[in-house]
Amino acid sequence: MRALNRKLWRDLWDMRGMVLAIALVQVGGVATFVMSLSTYDSLLLTRDRYYREQRFAEVFASLKRAPESLAERIRSLPGVDQVQTRVVAAVRLEVPGFTDPVTGTLLSVPDTHPPRLNTLYLRQGRTPEAGRNDEVMIDESFADAHDLQPGDRLAATINGRRKTLTITGIVLSPEYIYAIAPGAVFPDFEHYGILWMGRKPLATAYDMDGAFNDVALSLEHGTDAETVIESLDRLLARYGGRGAYAREDQLSHRFLTEELHGLETMATVFPVIFLGVAAFLLNVVIGRLVATQREQIAILKAFGYSNFDVGRHYAALVLMIIGLGLAGGIGAGIWLGRGLSAMYMQFYHFPFLHYRLDPLIIGLAALVSVLAGLAGTLHAVGRAVRLPPAEAMRPVTPTAYRPTLIERLGLQRLFSQPTRMIARHIERRPVKSLLMVAGMASACGIIMVANFQKDAVRHMIDVQYTMSQRQDLSVTFTEPSSHTALYSLAGLPGVEYAEGVRSVPARLRFEHRSYRGSLQGLESGGKLRRVLDASLRRVDIPPDGIVMTDYLAELLGIRPGEVLTVEVLEGKRPVLKIPVTGTTSEYLGVSAYLQRETLNRLMQEGDAVNGAYLSVDPPLRDRVYRELDDMPRVAGILVRDNAIRSFYRTMDETILYFSFVSALLGGFIAFGVVYNSARIALSERDRELASLRVLGFTHPEVAYILLGELGIATLLALPPGFLFGRLLCGYLSQSFRSDLYRIPLILEPGTYAFAAAVVLASAAFSALMLWRKLRKLDLIGVLKTRE
Amino acid sequence: MGEIEVHALRGVDLELYAGELLVLLGPSGSGKSTLLNILGGLDTATGGEVYYRDRNLTYANEKTLTDYRRHHVGFVFQFYNLIPSLTARENVAVVTEIVRNPMMPEDALALVNLQDRLDHFPAQLSGGEQQRVAIARAIAKNPAVLLCDEPTGALDSETGIIVLEALERANRELGATTALITHNAGIADMADRVVHITNGHIGSIERNAQRKPASELSW
Repeated sequence: MRALNRKLWRDLWDMRGMVLAIALVQVGGVATFVMSLSTYDSLLLTRDRYYREQRFAEVFASLKRAPESLAERIRSLPGVDQVQTRVVAAVRLEVPGFTDPVTGTLLSVPDTHPPRLNTLYLRQGRTPEAGRNDEVMIDESFADAHDLQPGDRLAATINGRRKTLTITGIVLSPEYIYAIAPGAVFPDFEHYGILWMGRKPLATAYDMDGAFNDVALSLEHGTDAETVIESLDRLLARYGGRGAYAREDQLSHRFLTEELHGLETMATVFPVIFLGVAAFLLNVVIGRLVATQREQIAILKAFGYSNFDVGRHYAALVLMIIGLGLAGGIGAGIWLGRGLSAMYMQFYHFPFLHYRLDPLIIGLAALVSVLAGLAGTLHAVGRAVRLPPAEAMRPVTPTAYRPTLIERLGLQRLFSQPTRMIARHIERRPVKSLLMVAGMASACGIIMVANFQKDAVRHMIDVQYTMSQRQDLSVTFTEPSSHTALYSLAGLPGVEYAEGVRSVPARLRFEHRSYRGSLQGLESGGKLRRVLDASLRRVDIPPDGIVMTDYLAELLGIRPGEVLTVEVLEGKRPVLKIPVTGTTSEYLGVSAYLQRETLNRLMQEGDAVNGAYLSVDPPLRDRVYRELDDMPRVAGILVRDNAIRSFYRTMDETILYFSFVSALLGGFIAFGVVYNSARIALSERDRELASLRVLGFTHPEVAYILLGELGIATLLALPPGFLFGRLLCGYLSQSFRSDLYRIPLILEPGTYAFAAAVVLASAAFSALMLWRKLRKLDLIGVLKTRE
Repeated sequence: MGEIEVHALRGVDLELYAGELLVLLGPSGSGKSTLLNILGGLDTATGGEVYYRDRNLTYANEKTLTDYRRHHVGFVFQFYNLIPSLTARENVAVVTEIVRNPMMPEDALALVNLQDRLDHFPAQLSGGEQQRVAIARAIAKNPAVLLCDEPTGALDSETGIIVLEALERANRELGATTALITHNAGIADMADRVVHITNGHIGSIERNAQRKPASELSW
């Protein structure tokens, strides 16, 4: 081994504490990078393979009823490849031993052959026998939630008739990777299930013999989905078509896409911060190393080592540190990536997960780390290279200090000499002090992200379920019904209050922009369902206008006062022009609201409702469920408490995972910054601190000088850290905005406190280590050495 | 590799008298620094006993030694060891702030003829001036013992003499027992007593009949 290499290893070993602290920060950056990108990659790969193997459709449409013969005409539309018609129905289910209402979606599968599109992945059991009207396959997440096996039975109310069904198979479908009930936003596998039954028996039960109410298409390569959607809409219009949509708008696909987008954001924002901090730390440490090894550099050069050799030596040192962080980061990234992928498997139902770590990701991580590290140390290494040997032999000129700004203002009387030392040291190198504060502030901000999600989600739930949707139960009807249906609901024992709702699928247009959604007709002065403005005040819906979610208004580029074009996709399918009178702030989904009477009038129908919101006396809840079960008109029941509970159950796990990861990584940064800054400060000042010890200063007194600076920097870092955290959370909240949900920028005091606590604890930990090092100051050596 | 025990000092028996100026003379490695470190409470002897007045420092703990250095000892180092971020005045004040009955920093600096350089930072002072600040810092606490480790070692002879004059004046006017380490025999003439140290032993102790003023020294 060459002597210079030996020096490299010894230097590394001597700096091991600092090397480790830098490597940890590096690990944070590389790990988030590898974790997010490998998970992204794996999910994408898994998804695409799954879609391909199960022939996931590209265009979807549901309609009221069309004869099967229409399928041929759909197939002959230009650009259409495969067509799969089917019957889809809402059912109510009863699972033995489970009292809560359970709803489901029942889909048909061809009796004699596998579906041409959206084929099922059979996990367990078999497909129903042809023609059997009492056999179904069920979705795996529903089966898992209730521990159902092939051979088990459950009861279903199909089109008003109660029927016992036997489970023949447990399956997964590419259409329900993210399975949520209509009208819900979060998956609730206990209360919502997806079932498949033979086409013929299902059609018979729903009076759909020789007809279909749902169709899925695949397209020929290179076909524009929009063109097909337009012609399909025209074709389906007279059959009650509710508007075709492309795969991009398919709900399960949408959620998955949003998640992938989130991973992309994580793969960029966080590594940039971490690698930036690591570069700064490297700069500080290598800069100090070059300063202390001035004479060694001079001697090496005097003995004939070239500038290049010296530069290579220090660059190698940087690369070793980066390599350490990189190796740790890749390892941690794979570990976290596997954990994250496994967690996604709970939300997103794939039959398999293909965890893959693309070598390209590792290459990219290495490249970015090395570039950031070298860029950070360019200055310091360059100094070593440029140092002329003769100059290096001479001692450095004493550092020039000057009175600080505060002292020049005449306030120095207030400070003891040690305090002046602290202030002057900070002020003498403003950039370094600033970067140190910035590093700790970024740690504080990253830690805040952990709890931000929790705060935001709690706020979302609170607003959504206690201020906006105050009903205990939401009931949907199979068909629009007369308003009198409400009275029978209100009359049930245990129902305290009932409020009607009329919702209509519609395409909303403004200028060239359009959105496929629905109109919600709410009771004016309703007590349960209310729309709120940005400051959470109730918004009154005027009799002659639409109030819509602010995000939807943004999507459409429409402002209050402008007129919205509404193409109703139900009944007589009127095309309406309605002025937008206001916007409402909502976090979940988007909608356009009218007064129910207005909607009824525009639909040219009577006093109709197709759903109801109920408030229920808690002790009588189970009884209400049973009564509702016996009402054939009721298609689905959504229980608010179940939704909240199941949401928290699933969400808490993810949030805990992310909180753990970001708090840990944020802690790495805080520790890395404080510890390195402190160690450097100690190395720069050990001589003067030891001198003071010789002059009779006590250990705590010299510790004050060293740690006081760190303490000030730590405290100074908190306010900008809070601000940075807020901006970071704001950025995340902004980048995750979609019509599915918007995460509000809500940060509870506890979140600030937690971030501050982690930063302070990291600082305290570093301080403790320094306190111990200060005990070992070499008092005798200092008398004999010059700087 | 086994460790070999090396005794820096062996069988040293030395008494310092109040107010005297003592020069410890010896080549490098002779053990004179170790002796000074023990006298100054920076190091403890592995054997034998050390007394300061009636206080036994032999087994003193860290706290007692710190207290001893703080209130009774003034140090002057070869490389000055000033705090670069503090001015001349503040470098003295850093000590006067923590002791009982100190001089005013300005007075201490006047004693070494630096009354015009009060607000200069070390980087703005010459080597001799820096060493004189260090002397002012050492004497400002009115120490009973003033220990100087090669105070002129880093200076040319002309500047060295100015520094020695300052030390001489401090010893005379404040009555501090002053021990000065040097390998420079030319300095020995300014002492009351000269202790020759070789190989960890006291070779000889000679008393100068007459102290020679520092200004008349040369080397």
